[in-house]
Amino acid sequence: MSLIRLKNITRRYQMGAETIHALRDVSMEIQRGEYVAIMGPSGSGKSTLMNLLGCLDTPTSGLYELNQNNVSEMDDNQLAEIRNREIGFVFQTFNLLPRSNALRNVELPLIYSGMNAEERYRISLEALASVGLADRVHHKPNEMSGGQRQRVAIARALVNSPSIILADEPTGNLDSRTGEEIMALLAALSDKGNTIFVVTHEEDVARHARRIIRIRDGLIASDEPTGKV
Amino acid sequence: MNFFREIKEGLGIAWDAIRANKLRSVLTTLGIVIGIVTVTLMATAINGLNGAFHKSISIIGADMLFVSRNTWFAHSEAEWLKTLKRREITLEQCRAVERELSLARAVAPVVGIAQTVAYKNRSSSSVQILGSTDQFLATSGFSMNEGRFISPGEAEGGRPICVIGNDVATNLFINESPIGKRIKVGPRIMEVIGVLDKQGSFLGMGSLDNQVIIPIQQFLIGYWRNPDFTIKVKAISPEQLDEAKEEVRGVMRKIRRLAPGDEDDFSINQQEQFITMFNTVAGTIATVGLLITGLSLFVGGIGIMNIMFVSVAERTREIGVRKAIGAKSRTILLQFLIEAATVCMLGGLVGLVITYLLTFALRRLIPVNMSFSVMGLALLVSLLTGVISGFLPAWRAARMNPVDALRNE
Ligand SMILES: Nc1ncnc2c1ncn2[C@@H]1O[C@H](COP(=O)(O)OP(=O)(O)OP(=O)(O)O)[C@@H](O)[C@H]1O
Ligand SMILES: [Mg+2]
Repeated sequence: MSLIRLKNITRRYQMGAETIHALRDVSMEIQRGEYVAIMGPSGSGKSTLMNLLGCLDTPTSGLYELNQNNVSEMDDNQLAEIRNREIGFVFQTFNLLPRSNALRNVELPLIYSGMNAEERYRISLEALASVGLADRVHHKPNEMSGGQRQRVAIARALVNSPSIILADEPTGNLDSRTGEEIMALLAALSDKGNTIFVVTHEEDVARHARRIIRIRDGLIASDEPTGKV
Repeated sequence: MNFFREIKEGLGIAWDAIRANKLRSVLTTLGIVIGIVTVTLMATAINGLNGAFHKSISIIGADMLFVSRNTWFAHSEAEWLKTLKRREITLEQCRAVERELSLARAVAPVVGIAQTVAYKNRSSSSVQILGSTDQFLATSGFSMNEGRFISPGEAEGGRPICVIGNDVATNLFINESPIGKRIKVGPRIMEVIGVLDKQGSFLGMGSLDNQVIIPIQQFLIGYWRNPDFTIKVKAISPEQLDEAKEEVRGVMRKIRRLAPGDEDDFSINQQEQFITMFNTVAGTIATVGLLITGLSLFVGGIGIMNIMFVSVAERTREIGVRKAIGAKSRTILLQFLIEAATVCMLGGLVGLVITYLLTFALRRLIPVNMSFSVMGLALLVSLLTGVISGFLPAWRAARMNPVDALRNE
């Protein structure tokens, strides 16, 4: 059974009299443990697709099944629960809470899932250690480098053991060396069996994945393996 | 996530947000502080006024009736003029009432006049001279400080004796006991046989300690031959006051020979009239005062609402992140409600402390009384102000679409 099933997904935005077709007709199946890169020109609908996959948004039409749950018919509360349990987000701009230290940031998903304090603390420390930040636990975001911030964000994304990790241009705000480090980290997570989506403009970055889906004008232009095992 | 934990989380987030914008938080809170100070000060003053009134009014006694020609509180000038045309209450009538009442514990005729009182080279002007009987002590609730009160025999006799109030004693006598001394009461000489305990003033209308009580016969002989009396009637118990009142009324009507259809040509006054009067006045003051002071709290609430809208707008991205990570709309709503409530509660606490200090300063001027119920109420009001004024901003935050919120620059 596939982890993700998209069938004839469309997403339209109404801007006054004009209708924008961000996604026209997208269908795909993703198995558990896959590492997928999504590429395409600016405005082609990559972020829109990621938002749908991450249950931040719902399609205008079409079917989205995640773990055999029909997401397209869920209400806001259910979507929030799904995001909390099944999805980990990594953003281009990190999106850490500026006033909270690394530990608090990583704990956040566990707070919303209702885990008790001791367990939360233990698991968050583990997650931070797994991204190599055991010694930066009490640092605030503005006391860390961009790469470190992104690693905190990755720790936050994986702390509740989600089914999918979604990274929208995770290296977009980093220099190429730091970007490589982040990609290596994602590759390591993939090796451990995590399902990962990465949106990127760079072929170098995309080559870390095992499957590349190219989008153009809201349609899938190509979908092929990179040959990487 | 259970409710208790959400509250706890919300408090932590609120505290962080308040600390992150210290100056702004202080300025916003100021509005609430001022609001709470004015409202609690008002409530405290009303409380104090109430307490002082009830303490003062207790001097009249809940079991007392005052039969007189005129009423304490005339409802109109016409009514007042009518009472002036009534026949006077004579001593004979007083005696008859005393004889015929069965529900009275004590009955005393009282009549008063202002005179200057002197001893040696010291004198005291505008002292209230009261003519009454031995029953006066029981009907007034006064107690003796020194010496004794007028006896039944002395009340009717011709011996010039008197009992003096506490202030009269301290004004005229220094370092000597007044008992047995002869003082000049107006034109006449009287021997002091007793001094009353200190009573304080009644509703601020004049001291009850600045009086001299003399036997009724002495009063008639020396000061006023045919005065208009007031009859003080002390009922057997406060519970039987109404029955006693009916009895007094019947007796008075009989004595004054009123035909069955005639209306009363006398008034029976009691404590209750004062209380009703006071409650009307105090109620009006309280309503108007709280309304006006409440307005400042309202303005404070608007300040909170305003700043919460700013806070929500500033933290749009944070809201997006929280939602992306799994916060439900309800959780976000609660978070901002708690933040508004926390600011208001802090303002309320500070306001209470300030009010508490102010009551110390004001205690000399007006009777103030800060009770726990006022404090509790003030905190509850600040909490409510926070929740109400924070609701719209929190609602806006809760309803944000996570995708739009995350894209916010
Ligand atoms: N909220 C919105 N309202 C209206 N139009 C939108 C909205 N969000 C996206 N769009 C439009 O949908 C199309 C796809 O946008 P999307 O953000 O998915 O592009 P993208 O592939 O992520 O581009 P980029 O590489 O620049 O990030 C664009 O034309 C965009 O203008
Ligand atoms: Mg994009």
